Amino acid sequence: MRNSKVVSLEEAIKKSGLKDGMTISFHHHFRGGDKVVNLVVDKLAQMGFKDLKLAASSLSDVHKPLIEHIKNGVITGISTSGLRGELADAISHGLLKEPVVFRSHGGRGSAIAGGELKIDVAFLGASACDELGNACGVPRSENGKSICGSLGYALPDARYAKHVVVLTDDLVAYPNLPAGIRGADVESVVVVDSVGDSAKISAGAIRDSKNPRDILLANQAAKVVINSGYFEDGFSIQTGTGGASLAVVKYIREEMINRGIKASFALGGITAHMVKLHEEGLIGKLIDVQSFDKVAAQSIASDPSHVEVSAVEYASGQHLGSATHALDIVILSALEVDTDFNVNVLVGSDGIIRGAIGGHQDTAADSALSIIVCPLLRGRIPCVVPKVTTLITPGKSVDVVVTEYGIAVNPGRPEIAEKLKAACLKLVDIKDLAAKANSIIGTPDPLPFGDKVVGVVMNRDGSVLDKIYNIKG
Amino acid sequence: MVTIGPGEGLQVELQSSVEAQFGRQIRAVITETLEGLGVTDAHVQAIDKGALDCTIRARVTAAAVRATGKDVWKD
Repeated sequence: MRNSKVVSLEEAIKKSGLKDGMTISFHHHFRGGDKVVNLVVDKLAQMGFKDLKLAASSLSDVHKPLIEHIKNGVITGISTSGLRGELADAISHGLLKEPVVFRSHGGRGSAIAGGELKIDVAFLGASACDELGNACGVPRSENGKSICGSLGYALPDARYAKHVVVLTDDLVAYPNLPAGIRGADVESVVVVDSVGDSAKISAGAIRDSKNPRDILLANQAAKVVINSGYFEDGFSIQTGTGGASLAVVKYIREEMINRGIKASFALGGITAHMVKLHEEGLIGKLIDVQSFDKVAAQSIASDPSHVEVSAVEYASGQHLGSATHALDIVILSALEVDTDFNVNVLVGSDGIIRGAIGGHQDTAADSALSIIVCPLLRGRIPCVVPKVTTLITPGKSVDVVVTEYGIAVNPGRPEIAEKLKAACLKLVDIKDLAAKANSIIGTPDPLPFGDKVVGVVMNRDGSVLDKIYNIKG
Repeated sequence: MVTIGPGEGLQVELQSSVEAQFGRQIRAVITETLEGLGVTDAHVQAIDKGALDCTIRARVTAAAVRATGKDVWKD
């Protein structure tokens, strides 16, 4: 076709004007199945680039090859929502000279839109793209090889990066519309064998948990939701993945049917469970920044009331039109919660990075009611502690903590405590939960942190919330 | 898993996923449990994935019973 933007990856890189020291960006919609980051960084290394800053929406186990690229000086800086696996372990031990900058999904969107995070070249994987760069996360031909659903985290990059390269494993005829990534924003299109393994996008198993503790936690969390005062016709909700969160949706669904209540929208990472409620007519719209499994990805491909939003529209703190500002209830998990209700979802109790901020900070801050669901102990690791290892979500935006030993309500929300008490739920002081944990496991010895800063945790307004130090041993 | 073999004095070899925070406490629990059973010479190998003290006590006791042939629950 005339004006085709299709070139090889090497040509696209040359055309982009990329130079040593510049910032490249990626999205993580294929999660553990992502193939774009490793493919592109391998090529950049081959072409002799050094000192590049990698701005990913998140990174996971599959990005372990970055360890070599860091050692060889190809990558010298990283910003991301999270880190996992061997890469996280190596960075926790001090692999990277510069600290990793951790931002929430909304915080990253704001930083890109506000110019604080400047992207020189974005490399964005897409399941379908035409020769002019109109690209989406769902297949648009019978030759489609992959599906990731929403491209929400890639949309700020597509819009604000100086140069945008779309990589696709299915080049389709123009016009590939509607499309989240608009051809007008795209400079080059590169056809590759595979942008990602769609089987690996599921964050957790899409089945009901049989773990009795998860079921108990979910049951308690559902009772909090139902009696909170926010469970009314037209309410809105966001949940995470994982056994307890999915089971909460099951209990809430039953109560919605019993009372004849419908939700106006569900937000966030959309799961198969949310799609089911939507298809049953219990949820009006699905606002999807990230499809958490294949069912959700397929739903966004075919259902006009299941809509894709960018990270900025999803959860920016600066844009009052973002969806989190309209969100009533969010159910979140935690690695640790402390007696001031501060939450850590990033650094393990062994001091090693093993998670992601995700939308935790954003949804907790903007929602009317934020509920943290976590067990008191995971093995010998306490989840309710005197002080979190790393501060991710400040306690002032956390309203209720649900554990199997009782429910703690933030003293800043006495009206919620009153409502839950009236419903005969077992309320406890969060300090008593921490004391209970301590009585079972004993007082942990302090972690052997060094004095090198390996990570900086940003608040969603761009200020620094906390620092992560290297762990020894 | 806890295994006990012959040794001089109490030697505890611990591999634990929570070593940094709880290694000291776990070693103390193993030693106290064996001392409580009257075991003074043993080489203990313990591979731990974050078990609670009550579990560690039970495992050490069971290993001691197997190693000595003396059933502390019956005798």
